[in-house]
Amino acid sequence: MYRGQSGQWSWLLHRITGLGVLLFLLVHIVDITLIGFGPTIYNDAIVIFSTAIIRVISLALIASLLFHAFNGIRIILIDFWPAGYKYQQAMFYIVLAVTILLFIPTVFYIMAPVFGVCPQGSCANPAL
Amino acid sequence: MAGDSSKRRVQIKVKRFQPDQNAEPYWQTFSLDVEGTDRLLDALNQIKWTQDGSLTYRRSCAHGVCGSDAMRVNGRNRLACKLLMADLGARISVEPMLGFPVVRDLVVDMDPFFNKYEKVKPYLINDEPAPHTERRQSPEERARYDETTKCILCGACTGSCPSVWANAEWVGPASIVNAHRFIFDSRDRGAAERLNILSDRNGVWRCRTIFNCSEACPRGIHVTEAIEEVKRAIMYGGE
Repeated sequence: MYRGQSGQWSWLLHRITGLGVLLFLLVHIVDITLIGFGPTIYNDAIVIFSTAIIRVISLALIASLLFHAFNGIRIILIDFWPAGYKYQQAMFYIVLAVTILLFIPTVFYIMAPVFGVCPQGSCANPAL
Repeated sequence: MAGDSSKRRVQIKVKRFQPDQNAEPYWQTFSLDVEGTDRLLDALNQIKWTQDGSLTYRRSCAHGVCGSDAMRVNGRNRLACKLLMADLGARISVEPMLGFPVVRDLVVDMDPFFNKYEKVKPYLINDEPAPHTERRQSPEERARYDETTKCILCGACTGSCPSVWANAEWVGPASIVNAHRFIFDSRDRGAAERLNILSDRNGVWRCRTIFNCSEACPRGIHVTEAIEEVKRAIMYGGE
């Protein structure tokens, strides 16, 4: 592995999170397609998303989405703003900071029901 | 001896490959005494001259101008002649650059690199009748492409680029830097031709702004900036 700096790691993370988001999209197409087979099948399948393991995977999805979105803005700025390249490293740290900042509250909202706490609406599924 | 007090012992781990003897590359560690003011190239010379004459690497000017001795030092592309041993620690790893076919030990095949370099027409194109004296240029016009005149074609940027590792057909950062040098030269008339070559699928667009090239350049060229300027020249037109 080449010992690159923030630019290389942001590129690698952008690729990995992009693939992760794509993978979720495929799963999501399958789960919404199930409604075509009737409400019972759909409801039975969708319960999986309330299990603890899938909630942890959902957290990975949210982290991926947040990083990919903000790093995408960083890349756009590098491409279209002539001074952008000068701030690429600073922008990388801003992307990481904003990602982590927005990620923390979602951890609470998604994981709380596993521990029996129900923030507004997050225990909507009576199956739990 | 008094002079020996400034010396210290270092371990240099070299990734070696002798195609007539080895099927696969292997690591060999050399121990030697160096001074802080020695450069890595001096240390390699010491190994070659006193320990193992078969160690193979390129060197010419030894002053950071010819661009012969680009190699991967402690994981990053560097010129061996521009690295002081004082800055390198006691254990140093030296490998040939990634993205180039290895010919022998630290020597890589630069032919594909120079073929891609020639692809962007890195020379003045101007069919207008030559003036009686020189082709005049203002200091501002000269400054426009000053950055990219510094390239010594060592290949450190190209060997550090993941897009190059993934696709040997891509022109790579060094070629774009040398295209930039003429695209933004007010005396040159070949910009449209070069921008056309670089808007190809193996042109500038394979740059993913990873910045390894800018960090690796021993001449301090902002390589990614140059590539971005060429991208914008293709998008918006103009030189």
